[in-house]
Amino acid sequence: MAKAVETTEQREFREYCAAWLEENRPPPTAMPLPQAAYEVMTEDHRSYLVDWQAKCYEAGLIATDVDKAYGGHGHDGFQVIASTEVRRAGVPYFINWIGLGMTAPTLLQHGTEEQKQTYLPPIFSGEDIWCQGFSEPGAGSDLAGLQTSAVKDGDNWIVNGSKVWTSLGHFARYMLLLARTDKNDKYNGITYFMGPMEADGVTVKPIHKMTGESGFNEVFLENVVVPDHMRIDEVGTGWKVAMSTLTSERGAGMGVGAIASSESPFAAIEQLIELAKRTRRNGRTAWEDPAIRDRLVKLYEKTEGSSQNFRRARMNALNGGAMRIPLQGKLTGSEIGQELHHLSLSILGSASSLYVGDPNAEENGRWALGYMNTYTGTISGGSSEIQRNILGERVLGLPKTK
Amino acid sequence: MAQPRDFGFGEEQEMLKDAARRFMDDKAPLLALRKAAKGTEDPYLGDERTGFYDQEAWREMVELGWTALAVPEEAGGVGMSLVTAVAVAEEVGRAAMPTPLTSTLQTTYVLKHAGTAAATEWLQKIAEGQSATLAIQGQEDALQWDSATVTADGDQLNGTAWYVQDLQKVDFLVVAARSGVDLKLYAIDKSAAGIELGYDRIVDLTRDQGRVTFSGASATCISDDGLAALAAAEPALLTLVAADIAGGCEWLLQTTAEYAKVRTQFDRPIGFFQAVKHPIVNMMIEIDQTRSLAYNAACAYDTDPDTAHRAAHLAKSSASDTAEFCANRATQLHGGIGFTWEHDVQIYHKRQIHSQQLFGDGIWHREKAAAYL
Repeated sequence: MAKAVETTEQREFREYCAAWLEENRPPPTAMPLPQAAYEVMTEDHRSYLVDWQAKCYEAGLIATDVDKAYGGHGHDGFQVIASTEVRRAGVPYFINWIGLGMTAPTLLQHGTEEQKQTYLPPIFSGEDIWCQGFSEPGAGSDLAGLQTSAVKDGDNWIVNGSKVWTSLGHFARYMLLLARTDKNDKYNGITYFMGPMEADGVTVKPIHKMTGESGFNEVFLENVVVPDHMRIDEVGTGWKVAMSTLTSERGAGMGVGAIASSESPFAAIEQLIELAKRTRRNGRTAWEDPAIRDRLVKLYEKTEGSSQNFRRARMNALNGGAMRIPLQGKLTGSEIGQELHHLSLSILGSASSLYVGDPNAEENGRWALGYMNTYTGTISGGSSEIQRNILGERVLGLPKTK
Repeated sequence: MAQPRDFGFGEEQEMLKDAARRFMDDKAPLLALRKAAKGTEDPYLGDERTGFYDQEAWREMVELGWTALAVPEEAGGVGMSLVTAVAVAEEVGRAAMPTPLTSTLQTTYVLKHAGTAAATEWLQKIAEGQSATLAIQGQEDALQWDSATVTADGDQLNGTAWYVQDLQKVDFLVVAARSGVDLKLYAIDKSAAGIELGYDRIVDLTRDQGRVTFSGASATCISDDGLAALAAAEPALLTLVAADIAGGCEWLLQTTAEYAKVRTQFDRPIGFFQAVKHPIVNMMIEIDQTRSLAYNAACAYDTDPDTAHRAAHLAKSSASDTAEFCANRATQLHGGIGFTWEHDVQIYHKRQIHSQQLFGDGIWHREKAAAYL
């Protein structure tokens, strides 16, 4: 159970984090950063964000609770403080969100001693960017249908196939790679590798989104050689390991750093309420329109509810089971974000048509852009529909849809 | 002011909550309710509701100290936090127990905020085991704290108070009455001279409700500024109902999930189908939001008064919507059986829609919360 009152050490660490972030907040980039880390495309943004992540790592805000042997800072119970302060400070996001949010927890749980010592430190510093090679053109929600194959060849594996929706693939040194090692066993025929993105036979081709931006890719793998020491866990256990990775992605795993969001969870709704208060509608402000206001307060209520869920999740006596609240995090967060952005279009009315780059667009089109980008949240990492299956099956014990 | 991260819910609260759950399970209030209702030609008839109420259970709760848990120690009570009261209220909701416990807790908070020596005397009665309720609403626009149409002339009350919860079960009333331009609060024994009771025929079988008509009844003034006392108690009043809803909806969730595992159609348990599975998950999501908001609101009241009203409006707003949604989905997903008198889903359904409106629904409270945003 969470302690009611902070210890002196915790308070001092919180104060240290807040003060450090205030002092070291980086100046804005020449061109504004994309809205999220998975949309980073340019080299300028990459190097700016890697520098920022490295600095935060050195300051102890990343890998705070990880063992010193693996490049961590060796504390206990401090990561949540550091991550909370990072979010509160409204500083740039950490570019290596896949490495921090998925690779690190996966390696800590399933990696060998050598793998942890080798691969973790450059993840924390941002030196090695990671991407995720799970989805394939024919394997989305039914992830275990993946067909990319890995065939043993002496001490190596030869990998053939293709991956899709690969965020950061264009910058990545390694991929979390799921490959089929047994065609006859859907779930036990998958093995988990660390795929070298700089190896021969790897081709990365950008995909453009409905927003016009890119940031994710198709990755083609043609006779790519993966040494056996880059396999995670046993042959055939890839599905099990992947489930622990996805648990981390969905917000239920042990964190090693504040990852996807660089803003307070209340930032978006508070900004939207501000927008409503300055936008005219039917002879008054949109905030003064009771129907609009009702919807805004409902979204504020949901945002507060999700925020308080995180607080309650840490209390065994009140959380209804260890996974019940954490497994809701990605689902509710992405759906609230989408509803909120959809409402922003109603508040803007005719002006909602103006997109990024239009000189008259409100906040340079951030609401229209943000609206479209919310579908990233509701589709990737297991769509909302898949999340509801998982919640129904794992938390409520309903029959598996599979 | 910073709130404790654990909402102020410690071992003491956990033990109390577990005990409350066991106690209410043991009492099987719905079996008792059905037994009492059996043979009643019209189970909706207000006067019959007394039979639904287990007097012995109240006496046991008095001995356990639950009924006086919010009464300050100086008035002979236990002086525990709203978070503690909320933990118990959640179990009352889960059991759908007909009991004046929640009304008594709510009245306790109004008496505390009245803050007078006279109010303390009535708090002592609660500490001694009496139950109480609020008679503060008028017939029209009744959710306004100043909707009362009862008038006070000195200590003499005249007029009718409406929508009085648990009227059949309680010992005394806290009454809002107009005195000139002021709204004052009075306390009076339900059996006092000059009081006529009328019972409402209400949808919710687990509660009773009524009207109190005063004809020159002699009462004790406990506050000259009734609106201030009610406003100060408001976060506690709302949060207790929100917690009751969270508990009741959790019962609906678990019961519906169990049904979806055993009811077979098209050769599969219906919970296999996503058209059934997903709405059940949506019930859980709504409940968890409400539950977290209720504990946050209770903790805000206990430790962070500046945010207490906003937190309470958000909690009741969420709870009211959750009540409607879970009642709706539970009945729908149970199919025909959930629509029958025999199935307990209907009892919970009707309790939730009563709770949804009690002290204001989601739309009402979002409008109130907007003032703080």
